[in-house]
Amino acid sequence: MITEATVLDALSGVRDPELDEPITDLKFISHLRVGDDAVEVTLRLPTPFCAPNFAYLMAHDAREALLSVPGVQEARVTLDDHHTADEINAGMAGGLGFDTTFHSFEETEGESLDELRDIFRRKAFVSRQERLCRTLLADGYSSAQLANMMLGEVPDSEAKEKYLSRREELGLDTSAEAPFVVDPDGRQIPEEAVVQHLRFARVTRLSIEANAGFCRGVLAARSGDTPVLSEKEASA
Amino acid sequence: MYEKDGEKYYVIDGHTHFWNAGPDNYNKYGKMFIDCFYGYHSALSPEEYLWSEEKFGKYTEEDILHDLFEIGYVDKAIFQPTYLLDFFPNGFNTTAQDAEIAEKHPDKFILNSSFEPRLGEQGLAEFEEKHKRYGFKGVKLYTAEWHEDSKGWKLNDYWSKRYLEKCLELGVTNIHVHKGPTIRPLNRDAFDVHDVDHVATEFTDLNFIVEHVGLPRLEDFCWIGVQEPNVYGGLAVAMPFIYSRPRYFAQIIGELLYWLDEDRILFASDYAIWQPKWLVEMFVDFQIPEDMQGEYGTLTPDIKRKILGLNAAKLYDVEVPSEIPQEEPVMAGGEPEYPEKPL
Repeated sequence: MITEATVLDALSGVRDPELDEPITDLKFISHLRVGDDAVEVTLRLPTPFCAPNFAYLMAHDAREALLSVPGVQEARVTLDDHHTADEINAGMAGGLGFDTTFHSFEETEGESLDELRDIFRRKAFVSRQERLCRTLLADGYSSAQLANMMLGEVPDSEAKEKYLSRREELGLDTSAEAPFVVDPDGRQIPEEAVVQHLRFARVTRLSIEANAGFCRGVLAARSGDTPVLSEKEASA
Repeated sequence: MYEKDGEKYYVIDGHTHFWNAGPDNYNKYGKMFIDCFYGYHSALSPEEYLWSEEKFGKYTEEDILHDLFEIGYVDKAIFQPTYLLDFFPNGFNTTAQDAEIAEKHPDKFILNSSFEPRLGEQGLAEFEEKHKRYGFKGVKLYTAEWHEDSKGWKLNDYWSKRYLEKCLELGVTNIHVHKGPTIRPLNRDAFDVHDVDHVATEFTDLNFIVEHVGLPRLEDFCWIGVQEPNVYGGLAVAMPFIYSRPRYFAQIIGELLYWLDEDRILFASDYAIWQPKWLVEMFVDFQIPEDMQGEYGTLTPDIKRKILGLNAAKLYDVEVPSEIPQEEPVMAGGEPEYPEKPL
């Protein structure tokens, strides 16, 4: 039997590519119904004008995640109150690809979303690396030490796990002997450049976190909840 | 003018609207658009400044004069027309709509205009006519605007550059760019700001003020700001973080001061999404939290004065009363050599 918990667990593997957080944590799932061998999920994003390409990616990834749950024969994902809801819902119901889903938008012809995904995987990687380096610097490591560390020398932590997962998504070396501080193409950052590298990475991390905070607040206001004013949640 | 603890601040609100987004003037998309704005308004405003949806859709001349000038400390407000004709049949707030108030209060408003590059040659002539009629020094460009089959445009498109050349010729030197979400092409990042980089390099005599400091792409905006001295950051949308997420606000301001400098950041409320009164009060009271001062330093009254009004005054040749201290600019920006390109 399919349980709600199993379904939610599968959905927690789906991230908003722009915010680098699970759609379950972001509260994008407004409705969930589990039947004998079918699951229905409705996604509600913070605004009707959230970028349609990301909306498509999340709906698509959610559908794939649902179909990966043992016992699920049918998965229905719909997007609620969005300016491209009709297109995306039809695309999901028919298992259409991105180009076909948006065929009425002439500009998409013949192009795929791989490049877009890649841009945001790189950003997520940079941001996770900065977060991890930040905790290490706070623990007393110097930037020169970070520059010369191998992955295996980095103490285990949740931040490290997340960093490794983003690193793996980019197809970069995650072995214990691989250099720790690398750019999104896998090139090691020279010792003298590490401070500046992290300084720029910090803006990427800040941008992603601030956006996530903004989106959470707007979604809460849209749902009629008290706006989330605590800073703790966003930095968790 | 705002005065606190013996310090005086001249205030220019760099981004304001007088819109009509009531039910008599929206279609399905217009309704979604104003709902989206209302979401921003309700998510990030202090409770005592919350409006009803009805009032938010259409407010009065009395409201705007009261909120900006009677209680909001604003000395001058810049109108940034946003047409959105495919969403609001009579326009969201066009130059003509804004001019109705601006011309009654020429000492209070700076009226900007806009152009639509997809109108080609004919639009270019109309733009010139509009400039003759209103004599503006700046335009607000909304690259995500829909027009016929098109769902957005880029600053470095052929026709866009033709219009920028016209701006140069007419002395329209302040180009306010409002990013996204652009839908074309759909498989690209809707908030991409890299087209600003191209035109800022090509049109060095124009100033490009990127509204909401490039958010949600702050990192790309900062990158461009380092390369291009004629790129500025408008604080609309970033400002209200000061209330709900002050630590993020501190970091955003801290990064902007580092990557750009204190001379290229402009205060804005984005009225009527947010109101200048609380933003000005909180900004003047604001300080970088102690645990972050090692990284970001502190905000002095001189820095705040520049952001609140002096920087915009320079761009718009506004004469600032002599009682406001005006110091020579101190360059605070970094000149990073690494990375050679955005990560």
